[in-house]
Amino acid sequence: MIAIESLSKRFPRVTALDRLTVGIEPGVTGLVGANGAGKSTLIKILLGLSPATEGTASVLGMDVATQGGAIRERVGYMPEHDCLPPDVSATEFVVHMARMSGLPATAARERTADTLRHVGLYEERYRPMGGYSTGMKQRVKLAQALVHDPRLVLLDEPTNGLDPVGRDEMLGLIRRVHTDFGISVLVTSHLLGELERTSDHIVVIDGGRLLRSSSTADFTQRTAVLAVEVTDTDEHPDGTAVLRAALRQGGLDPHEPASGGAPAPGAGHVVMLDIGGESGDADESVLDTVRDTVAELGLGLVRMERRRHQISEVFTERSTGDVA
Amino acid sequence: MSPDQTPAPQATASGGAATAERGQNVIHNIGYRGYEGPRLGRSYARRALFSQSLRGTYGLGRSAKSKVLPLLLFAAVCIPAAILVAVAALTKAKELQVGYAEYVLLMQPLLGIYLAAAAPQAISMDLRFKTTPLYFSRPMERSDYVAAKYAALSAALFLFTAVPVLIMYIGALLAKLDFGDQTEGAVQGLVFCALFALLHAAIAAWIAALTPRRGFGVAAIIVAITVPYFLVSALQGIAWTSDNNGAIGWLGLGSPGTLLDGVQSRFLGGRSGFPDEQTLTGAQGAVYLVVLAALIVCFCTLLLRRYRKAGL
Repeated sequence: MIAIESLSKRFPRVTALDRLTVGIEPGVTGLVGANGAGKSTLIKILLGLSPATEGTASVLGMDVATQGGAIRERVGYMPEHDCLPPDVSATEFVVHMARMSGLPATAARERTADTLRHVGLYEERYRPMGGYSTGMKQRVKLAQALVHDPRLVLLDEPTNGLDPVGRDEMLGLIRRVHTDFGISVLVTSHLLGELERTSDHIVVIDGGRLLRSSSTADFTQRTAVLAVEVTDTDEHPDGTAVLRAALRQGGLDPHEPASGGAPAPGAGHVVMLDIGGESGDADESVLDTVRDTVAELGLGLVRMERRRHQISEVFTERSTGDVA
Repeated sequence: MSPDQTPAPQATASGGAATAERGQNVIHNIGYRGYEGPRLGRSYARRALFSQSLRGTYGLGRSAKSKVLPLLLFAAVCIPAAILVAVAALTKAKELQVGYAEYVLLMQPLLGIYLAAAAPQAISMDLRFKTTPLYFSRPMERSDYVAAKYAALSAALFLFTAVPVLIMYIGALLAKLDFGDQTEGAVQGLVFCALFALLHAAIAAWIAALTPRRGFGVAAIIVAITVPYFLVSALQGIAWTSDNNGAIGWLGLGSPGTLLDGVQSRFLGGRSGFPDEQTLTGAQGAVYLVVLAALIVCFCTLLLRRYRKAGL
């Protein structure tokens, strides 16, 4: 879908992108980065609207530097900011945008009706957009990006300004854009958690450089951990230390809860265990071992909790220097 | 991209209850359908934007409220033309009291108001509501956008001035005025309308593109069109009363209104609005034409440059 090869974009004072190399496959890809990480700059370059300082990029097999027009014909773009005139209805507006994408008038009307229905706008589509809620406006913005049936849509912060329910609906809709409509999606966000649920693949950039690019499963499951919390007893005043020692004898590799950030309540009594996470069955024996060990030591088992690494840990890892 | 046959649960859930009661008009959810039809590209999009913007300047395709001002003004420029020909017919005059191009100049205040309302509507609103990125993320280039908007504004202004001219022409023929004279005058009048529209649309479009605020745009355009005109007219009056008649023509270069006045009196057979009804000398006429063309090119270039920054 998208191939980016040592792409740089420098402005007189800032470097927005710094030798970025990444490939993006069909499916839903999340582009994560803090504000100012270079996400919007990257989108502009991918649309062929802003020349790169150096390096190359291609979208749908077309070079962004020379075939911008052809790319934009088959790519949809949903901007981050408000972009809807308040005095026209969603239908009129999306029909107009469909024609701007080159659709003949009749096709534009048909596609508009279809697309607005798919994004979940019904009777209200005949009313002026000035009276819409943020959630409805986001749907219209998405509809105008999809109306010409692109092969790829670039969604810039589509969940911005939505309440939790609206956020979930928008994320579900984005998921459907790929599963039901067959359109690939590149969606940006500075909130890592929400992309976990929608994306097949996550690309993290920071300061214009690639931090990490891997599948969402890799991100969240490869290092699944088990948190075990135990009580102290008279016999073993420091229950966690004893358990840790016993587990180490049992061939496991317990460690302290991840440092960095504020310690969670009760973190001192928690033992963390890496449990691989290749498949659910493999964990069973580990769970048994832990249970037996705790029972033998006579400690009180408060909880055993399987935790998934959050994508946000990418940033914590980076700050401790684990990720190059 | 293959059509998806599985119905989306959400649509059936919301549509099901309502449609079942009515019995008819059941919405069958056929899932997502792709689009395999033609994609007509840049020139089609440019034409579509042109016609949409042109309609918009008259309030067509917009709310009823936004139709009021353009149509009132349109009536206000057409009715005097009709009265003019009616008077000519009743008094059995040999010619119309006011020439074609002269009539357009007489209507300048109304044209100014119309332009000040139409240009920000066509141009500033896209900037204010940040709709321009949606255009530029589509096949059209910035130059296409600017060309479509400028052409729409010029065409709107041309229609605004040319329709009264046509009313006068048709009326004059019905009143059995001399056919040759009137046809020549009307053609000259239409040429003048075109020049008037091209110059004023360029100025107004550029001013409107500078601000996302409609109010500022309206005020700035009215000021830009009227203030220089009155200033230059006053200076010309002073030159005339102080016997510097040679300066009158050169001073006229200073504002769009007097510039066009000079052109019409020199080349398009109109009566001059300058003091003493002075017309231009040959050298002045050439300079006027050059300045007119240069102004149009200059403002269009500025407009294009403006969109190099104000894009996505």
